[in-house]
Amino acid sequence: MALMNYSQAAAAALSEAMTADATVVALGEDLGRGGIFAQYRGLQQQFGADRVIDTPISEATIMGAAVGMALAGLRPVVEMRVVDFALCAMDELVNQAAKNRFMFGGQGRVPLVVRMPIGLWTASAAQHSQSLEAWFAHIPGLVVVAPAAPDDNYGLLASALESGDPVVYMEHKELWGVEGDVVPGSRVALGVARRLRDGGDVTIVTWSKAVPTCVAAATALSTAGIEADVIDLRTLWPWDREMVLASAARTGHLLVVHEAVQVGGFGAEIAAAAAEATGCRIRRLGAPRIPSGYSKPLEDESRVTADAIVGAVTTLLQR
Amino acid sequence: MHESATRLLALYRTMARIRAFENAAEIASQGGVAAWGLSTTTKPALVRGPLHLSTGQEAVAVGVCANLTRDDLLTSTHRGHGHTLAKGANVNRMMAELFGRATGTNKGKGGSMHIADFSVGMLGANGVVAAGMPIAVGAAHALKIRKRPEIVACFFGDGAVNRGPFLEALNWAVVYHLPVLFVCEDNRISATTPTGPMTGGAGASVRADSMGVPGAKVDGNDVEAVDAMAARLIAEVRGGGGPRFLHAVTYRFKGHVSVDPAAYRDQAEVVAALAFDPLLIARGALVRHGVALQAIEAVDHEAKTEIDAAMTQAEAAPWPEPAAAYTDIQNTGAGQWR
Repeated sequence: MALMNYSQAAAAALSEAMTADATVVALGEDLGRGGIFAQYRGLQQQFGADRVIDTPISEATIMGAAVGMALAGLRPVVEMRVVDFALCAMDELVNQAAKNRFMFGGQGRVPLVVRMPIGLWTASAAQHSQSLEAWFAHIPGLVVVAPAAPDDNYGLLASALESGDPVVYMEHKELWGVEGDVVPGSRVALGVARRLRDGGDVTIVTWSKAVPTCVAAATALSTAGIEADVIDLRTLWPWDREMVLASAARTGHLLVVHEAVQVGGFGAEIAAAAAEATGCRIRRLGAPRIPSGYSKPLEDESRVTADAIVGAVTTLLQR
Repeated sequence: MHESATRLLALYRTMARIRAFENAAEIASQGGVAAWGLSTTTKPALVRGPLHLSTGQEAVAVGVCANLTRDDLLTSTHRGHGHTLAKGANVNRMMAELFGRATGTNKGKGGSMHIADFSVGMLGANGVVAAGMPIAVGAAHALKIRKRPEIVACFFGDGAVNRGPFLEALNWAVVYHLPVLFVCEDNRISATTPTGPMTGGAGASVRADSMGVPGAKVDGNDVEAVDAMAARLIAEVRGGGGPRFLHAVTYRFKGHVSVDPAAYRDQAEVVAALAFDPLLIARGALVRHGVALQAIEAVDHEAKTEIDAAMTQAEAAPWPEPAAAYTDIQNTGAGQWR
């Protein structure tokens, strides 16, 4: 067991994968100096500039080249800096990486992990703050992962690297410094959620930065006599229907919470699936459909708070 | 037969096979692509999807691919039958793919626009203009990292030079000194609009030169010229010289897709272009090399016979099972489709 922060945990998982498999390479802007969040710190010194590749500011070709690398025998890890920049590489990800295996009749595969940090990041305004996980969950061929804790970032990144599929890997920009125990060599299976708190009154499903907020809200609810079953989805596609639907059926009440804009968010998919399968009562809580503002009073309008979660649960149970 | 005549006859044979393939596919597509608004029959076409024919552009594919090994890699465009065939793909499986059959190169999952044969290094046609370029430089990058001797040939059209990935991919190839030959197959038209007025500056070659990718311009309808220039540039690439750029100027004889009569084009221009049919030019050269007309006609006949057989086989081939729609997508979460 080792105490690591969320960023160090990812660096450790990648370092171990690169040590074990000479075909694993990483490419992106500013990786040589450790990546802009230190999540690649030391890797270029350890593995050389041929395997931890500093690239031009060419997001489309970073992504497209990774597809070509994968087809020619490598297992690339792509760094997009922030999800907002990944939008410059949508054809390469959605039309090429995700479709390659199917449209060419299974002749090749694209083992590819695309890291694109999401989320509000103090005063980073409209183009550096988005949470666009729902976009990628919509695309056949892609796996979508959003870890919330250091041990999950370690274990999920290792699993993503081993999966052989194109994986959209979404770390959260305000979680890099969060510390926790990591078991070296551990794996977290893709598609398996994590129950953070047992409760029989309401199911709260969430992921990424909203996880600690939901846990805080659940603690507050508990003092008021409401026990929440808190589930960190961890993987958005494939998502853990079994754990979520069993919990929703048991509690009869489901709240889905995410930092992304609520309208058209992945929470809507979970809510609809739970409604079809269990008939439970449902509420969703996400950001309003507004761009993230720079000034704190504006930015705060996009934040999902523990108070708002408590309020949503209270309303859900009263209905 | 003299060595150069033997080589030219081999080049001609591949061009004749491509021409026969395109002509047959064109006929098989009639009645399809109803969306174009020209369908005159309710009989379903044997080739039901969009079919982008490379008729008239055969010399570019053939002249370049004649200088590639089976293990070299190639990325193509939406107009990719010629590249695929010239790289060595099996025509029966190619035609079956156009027909959407389970025996096709892509098991009927891709069709003409995504035709690929990874077994001969052909990494795929592509439905998006310029999209093969980043993939090509990535494949070349992998070959370099893996210290492999192969190279990548990256085909794209004149329309691609106006997309961002053109700039990014050329720059990438220079920055990492990659073993890639860029081939601009310049048919002078972007879908249905002439490329010239849509392009700033002097076009493809000058742009490549400005980015530090050396290259040359060649008559893309003269297969001997393409072959010679490709041989020189590919030797430089193989020798560790980094990326090279071949700008081959040709002409698209058909419409953007097979059911497009291309009425937007000046007919005088089309008629003039037909006089420079790359097969006619090659035939003339063969005669000058002393090859007998009967030998040339025999090649044409063999090509037609081969493609006729491919058509017959494709029509008789089985359709994919509906269950195949759920395979070759992803391993993680396979089975969870809703």
